[in-house]
Amino acid sequence: MSPLKIKKGTSRKSAYDLKDPHADVSERHTLACIVTNEAGVLARVIGLFSGRGYNIESLTVAEIDHEGHRSRITVVTSGTPEVIQQIKAQLGRMVPVHDVHDLTEEGPAVERELALFKVAGSGDKRIEAIRLAEIFRANVVDSTLKSFVFEMTGTSEKIDAFADLMRPLGLVEVARTGVAALSRGEV
Amino acid sequence: MARQMTGAEMVVQALIDQGVDTIFGYPGGAALPIYDELFQQDKIKHILVRHEQGAAHAAEGYARSTGKPGVVLVTSGPGATNTVTGLTDALLDSIPIVVITAQVPTFMIGTDAFQEADTVGITRPCTKHNYLVKDTDVLAGVMHEAFHVATTGRPGPVLIDIPKDVQFAKGSYVEKNKAPTGHYAPKLKGDIDQITALAALMETAKRPIIYSGGGVINSGDSATALLRELAKETNFPVTSTLMGLGAYPASGGQWLGMLGMHGLYEANMAMHDCDLMINIGSRFDDRITGRIDAFSPKSKKAHIDIDPSSINKVIHVDVPIIGDVAHVLEDLLRVWKSRGRKTHGEGLAKWWKQIEEWRAIRCLDYKNTEKVIKPQYALQRLEALTKDRKDRYITTEVGQHQMWAAQYLGFEDPNRWMTSGGLGTMGYGLPASLGVQVAHPDALVINVAGEASWLMNMQEMGTARQYNLPVKQFILNNERLGMVRQWQDLLHGNRYSHSWSEALPDFMLLAQAFGAKGITVSDPSDVDDAIMEMLKFDGPVVFDCLVEKHENCFPMIPSGAPHNEMLLGDAGVADAIGSTGAVLV
Repeated sequence: MSPLKIKKGTSRKSAYDLKDPHADVSERHTLACIVTNEAGVLARVIGLFSGRGYNIESLTVAEIDHEGHRSRITVVTSGTPEVIQQIKAQLGRMVPVHDVHDLTEEGPAVERELALFKVAGSGDKRIEAIRLAEIFRANVVDSTLKSFVFEMTGTSEKIDAFADLMRPLGLVEVARTGVAALSRGEV
Repeated sequence: MARQMTGAEMVVQALIDQGVDTIFGYPGGAALPIYDELFQQDKIKHILVRHEQGAAHAAEGYARSTGKPGVVLVTSGPGATNTVTGLTDALLDSIPIVVITAQVPTFMIGTDAFQEADTVGITRPCTKHNYLVKDTDVLAGVMHEAFHVATTGRPGPVLIDIPKDVQFAKGSYVEKNKAPTGHYAPKLKGDIDQITALAALMETAKRPIIYSGGGVINSGDSATALLRELAKETNFPVTSTLMGLGAYPASGGQWLGMLGMHGLYEANMAMHDCDLMINIGSRFDDRITGRIDAFSPKSKKAHIDIDPSSINKVIHVDVPIIGDVAHVLEDLLRVWKSRGRKTHGEGLAKWWKQIEEWRAIRCLDYKNTEKVIKPQYALQRLEALTKDRKDRYITTEVGQHQMWAAQYLGFEDPNRWMTSGGLGTMGYGLPASLGVQVAHPDALVINVAGEASWLMNMQEMGTARQYNLPVKQFILNNERLGMVRQWQDLLHGNRYSHSWSEALPDFMLLAQAFGAKGITVSDPSDVDDAIMEMLKFDGPVVFDCLVEKHENCFPMIPSGAPHNEMLLGDAGVADAIGSTGAVLV
């Protein structure tokens, strides 16, 4: 827990005008919440983020235990260390939330995203696109004479990089799943 | 074989099994099956309010004055949306209430049916938890879980939305002890290392202060007893938030009075200058802290709270202790005693001497007059004439009168003071006073009100009359929205934009119209007799006390100022000028 160091003089008139002195030391954290899979649980979690002004950079939700009615919500968020701590506490006290793991803080974790890219073009651009896809180990899952759909799994950065390369080659559309993450190691 | 019954029967059965004896409600189309069941039993008393918001506040008053959850039953659509203010109020003040809303039948949900509203959607951010029950078989389990959630951990409002077809359908009743409540179990015991760290700080602190809050009252009578023991054993001064009044007795020698924006000078100065702050069940609300970068700059801070999200939310603390107040205080006292019951005697003596100097400012003094009733005077007389009543319960509306009530009335016990602290809901006090009176039929229940707040839910006088609830509505009538006017005085160049009423009702006639007694008083020399007349009357009273129209509420920490920059009233100015760090107007 790092101490809250608020500079003197950040407020002149009203507490409502207080500037957040940590606004520039934002951290990116991947949180995994295990929740009861019940109606409205996602709305509850999202409502917490929007209602309290937290960021959501990526959100992935799916049932992981049908018998036990459990879903896993993976949220990539950003904020100051205090805000991240507050987000975890706010999530943790929600009734349908069983567990909150901060994968960024708890140690090494693998993070993967799946993305689909539609790239249209012909001639050199088309050849360059398929060559780059091979380098990035993307699979072709649909093909016409004038287009490809590539499928790729990787970190968000890798997907960003591939998208950047495809853009001048005729990128038409991108679909991304958002981040799924697990901690490395036995437990 | 589980008992088979309809959803409506289950609702009533679950309420009985949860020990509910009173509910507050208002019927409507979608709620009719449950109302039909209520009609056919006599274990649960139903109080018919005049507006669903009144039901929610009445349930809050009932809950706060008994320590038991308050229960509300309303219909779908407008019935449900009218409870939203009450739900939010209960959420911010951590009051356990269970609100049952009826819903259109499941097969009509989403069709914009008559009196349909997305109740769980609307109330998701203003409840601790809510449920839409689509299957009668799970209804009883949800009912029991709702009571568990409302009353466990940090208490709060829980809503159960029940479609009409679910009320009619038959299903299996789940008994209370078999309900699925296991996974929601907040931690009660605090971390013993942190508790030991606090005990160590208590031994060396030269300028300690106990800052207690509503969490002490929510934790129950043993928490109050332990707080008093802690204060007595250590001789530490005690202040409290608005919500925590009564946990430590106002007559206690170590009582500094309420702290915060309209708190007492000695309490705020002690908070600012202390070297150890022990926050017990309070949440560093902005009305308490003032300017946070100048909040108690020299102190180590310990924070006992059952809600982990309260810790380090606003103020960084050195010793965070997550747990129930009673459990933590018990451990704290045990550890501190086993280490030899040490405190810094010399430091404490100097600290108390300093506090006595602050007390000598007499920050609550005001200029009285014989010409017009000062609101402070009216409350002082109310206090003098009622403080010996052990069964006195006070509710308030919101505004200047609320702060004056907190300053001038003394509370010897917890659960005697019901006020809307976090949300600041005008219109809370009258229905809350009804809830208190229903729970304590023979008690003296007084709602200290301003005329503007009171008018917001005055229809509930009809409820008072119907159930012969002898609530005393003590209205300090300044024909103004006093607190708004005060802020316009201080911040907006005396431009009183829409902060007065030009067409107030005749409160005497209004009282008569509702079948209550009306009393009007405008001369200070008549105040005592009028209050005695109010107290002697066995029935609801509307007490219209015409007070000074432009009185401001002091002391005051202006918004954004630190604790040691309080504004004091006229009477205190002369004496206070020499005092350290005080900036006076």
